Amino acid sequence: MNQPRPATRSRRLARWVDDRLGTAYLATKALRKVFPDHWSFMLGELSLYSFVILVVTGVYLTFFFDPSQAESTYRGSYEAMRGVEMTAAYRSALELSFDVRAGLVMRQIHHWAALLFVATMAVHMARVFFTGAFRRPREINWMVGVTLLILAVFNGFAGYSLLDDQLSGTGLRIGYSIALSVPLVGTWLVSLLFGGEFPGPDIIERLYVIHILLVPAVIAALIGVHMAILLRQKHTQFAGPGRAEGNVVGERVWPTYAAKGLGLFFLTTAVLAALGGLAQINPIWIYGPFDPAEVSAASQPDWYMGWLDGAMRLIPPWEVRAFGYEVPNPFFPGAVLPGVTFALLYLWPFLEARFTGDRSEHHLLDRPRDRPVRTAMGVATIAFYGVLFLAGGGDVLSTTFGVSVNAVFQAFRVLLFVLPAASAWVAYRLCRDLAQRDPAPADDGSVAMTALAGVAEDGRDQDDRAGHDGPEAQGQAVGKHH
Amino acid sequence: MRSVRSRLGVLCLVALFMSLAGLLPVRSATPATLSQMTEDGRQLYLRGCSSCHGLDGTGTPSGPSLERSGAASAYYYLSTGRMPLADEAQPRRKPPAYSRAQIDLLVDYVASLGSGPAIPEVHLETGDLAEGGVLYRSNCGPCHTAAGIGGALSYGRAAPSVTPADPVEAAAAIRTGPGQMPVFGPEALSDHEVASIVRYIRFLESPPTPGGAALGGAGPIPEGFVAWIFGVGTLVLAVLWIGKLEGGHGRH
Ligand code: HEC
Ligand code: HEC
Ligand code: HEM
Repeated sequence: MNQPRPATRSRRLARWVDDRLGTAYLATKALRKVFPDHWSFMLGELSLYSFVILVVTGVYLTFFFDPSQAESTYRGSYEAMRGVEMTAAYRSALELSFDVRAGLVMRQIHHWAALLFVATMAVHMARVFFTGAFRRPREINWMVGVTLLILAVFNGFAGYSLLDDQLSGTGLRIGYSIALSVPLVGTWLVSLLFGGEFPGPDIIERLYVIHILLVPAVIAALIGVHMAILLRQKHTQFAGPGRAEGNVVGERVWPTYAAKGLGLFFLTTAVLAALGGLAQINPIWIYGPFDPAEVSAASQPDWYMGWLDGAMRLIPPWEVRAFGYEVPNPFFPGAVLPGVTFALLYLWPFLEARFTGDRSEHHLLDRPRDRPVRTAMGVATIAFYGVLFLAGGGDVLSTTFGVSVNAVFQAFRVLLFVLPAASAWVAYRLCRDLAQRDPAPADDGSVAMTALAGVAEDGRDQDDRAGHDGPEAQGQAVGKHH
Repeated sequence: MRSVRSRLGVLCLVALFMSLAGLLPVRSATPATLSQMTEDGRQLYLRGCSSCHGLDGTGTPSGPSLERSGAASAYYYLSTGRMPLADEAQPRRKPPAYSRAQIDLLVDYVASLGSGPAIPEVHLETGDLAEGGVLYRSNCGPCHTAAGIGGALSYGRAAPSVTPADPVEAAAAIRTGPGQMPVFGPEALSDHEVASIVRYIRFLESPPTPGGAALGGAGPIPEGFVAWIFGVGTLVLAVLWIGKLEGGHGRH
């Protein structure tokens, strides 16, 4: 009667793995972590889930996509392209859209997921920025995040450049002229990537390897680093009753937070499936195969490249000579602007620490209203890039509203500086008023001492920040067997 | 004879007034001689067009000469409602101001003013859809966009959407090159090629959308808005909702 319960098969398997790898220690440690509960802390997960969907749908696409610039003729079921000469890359993308089972919905989900991958990253980044979560000791994770953003934008561009339709060719031509415009190394850069004069014989095959292997692998690895640093440093939290610099109050990862995460994953999948099934994206059969002789005026890149495109359209036709070299015009919007943008993003935590003189550790978040200067600068930045993005669609706006393109671009040149300034001023005033009406709650220092109890005053789960995860967690961690 | 003439004249006048008031689509019912028709056309012209194009069609500061326009150009401008010009920088497609019969009269009259191309004949069934697509994308797409929804040109001008044009209007536009559009004569595009292009334009009017809603055919800009408003919007709502759910507190 007193026999131990027979171990189930899965338990035995788990123990077998654990005996050899000691995984239970790590797993329990991670699962027992307390994750603070504020809705905005789940935004980063949206990007993670979009990436998962990107990989799954992307793998499906690789089964059918042929990244080759060889001459080829379409003979599939889309009548308006039958018999037309094109590259194998474009032909296989057409076949994916019309002749491969579930090919089109996979393509569309993949592309929508790419748009949402970058968009949710931007939202997540805004959360981190406006709450000051990038401050010491989290500067490294902030920089990992900026790298992920750059990689995602670049991989999206590489992705839609593969299909060799008129839009991708137009985008690549701009990419080519930007690369070529870089002083000194431009020509070398271009021959490395394109293998010769535009369009070049090798570009699609090279981009393909970059797009499906290189960049996704680096992204996956960096997501791992991002999460590992997060686990190690523990999540920040907002100040409030029972919450202090020295503790983390919220829910344990297992089971509560994991269930929420799984639910969010399903919802992300549902939204992407709905978009992919109901809304057409990148209808390459309308754009036609890329023909270098054709220049279509009204072609836009995906939104996350739109700000660069807008800058290319707004820049006055400056000619600059430096050290005897002619610096080509695309260099400023195409290379200097993103260079400065990402350099400022990388450096922001350090710049801010320098300006405020605040170099201490922070685990409690700021309310945006309590940091009016930072908030105003963030709002101004969003306005600046928002105007650039809209300028990228200037000619679409001009036709839609029946205004002359030149007037639209002149207006955008003014807005580019006026709107950020105005919105910064409004944001600053709002912060001031809000903070006055509702002063910030202080660090609840009184509770820090109770951290080891594992339960916060309001009955929530709690960890301390000294590296201990509460008594149960320790107990489990020591005992390797159940 | 005389009474018939005057009765016809009265009828014409009445019809003109009513149609100008937009009340009746009118047709000149009785067969009349060629000169008679030209004369009716001339009357319509004098009332509706001469203020800008001159009494003899040689043009004024407010409208170009029509001596080289021909039937094709007149048909294009009248059938798409662009003439008579309203108060606008660039002629726009509007419901035609004249009935079909009056358009025929005006077209004949403008054609009689000088030499110009005749209204092209289009045999859509002889056109090849895929060839039309290739020709359309390389010759017309740069201004009218690949999806045919129209695009901006410089200084307030725009290439309009091509999809409202019926086959003859489209062929007339190709052959006469209205406004800033280049002329595509028979040396540039054969009649067969024009038929193919026009077939493709008709196809673009309601192209198959196997992937779902076409989002206006304007490409990445509306796609970006949908991604942000619908995609990010719903996902943030989902996060707000899930974030508010209370977990059971583990083993406590
Ligand atoms: C308010 C002035 C105005 C009136 C009234 C007017 N037009 Fe015009 N028309 C113009 C202008 C201006 C253009 C040139 C448009 C352009 O190039 O975009 C033009 C162009 C044309 C053309 C093309 C000329 C070419 O380049 O070959 C034709 C044909 C024409 N009009 C016919 C007519 C007819 C027929 C009427 C009368 C029903 C008429 N117009 C009434 C101002 C007018
Ligand atoms: C340089 C730019 C340009 C090119 C190239 C061009 N178009 Fe146009 N197209 C225009 C403009 C501008 C108009 C409006 C002219 C006007 O009436 O003022 C126009 C008008 C039209 C219309 C009339 C639309 C309506 O409202 O009914 C059709 C149809 C059309 N074009 C078809 C074509 C086709 C087919 C080709 C290629 C063979 C072509 N266009 C090439 C600029 C262009
Ligand atoms: C392991 C990960 C990935 C794989 C295996 C993969 C694979 C592919 C393949 C084969 C194509 C071309 C076929 C086609 O779309 O028709 C493609 C297109 C594309 N990819 Fe990826 N991809 C991956 C990740 C990503 C990421 C991270 C992004 C962006 C952030 C992205 C964005 C795109 C875009 C925008 C296209 C164009 C899609 C279209 O319009 O159809 N992909 N991908």
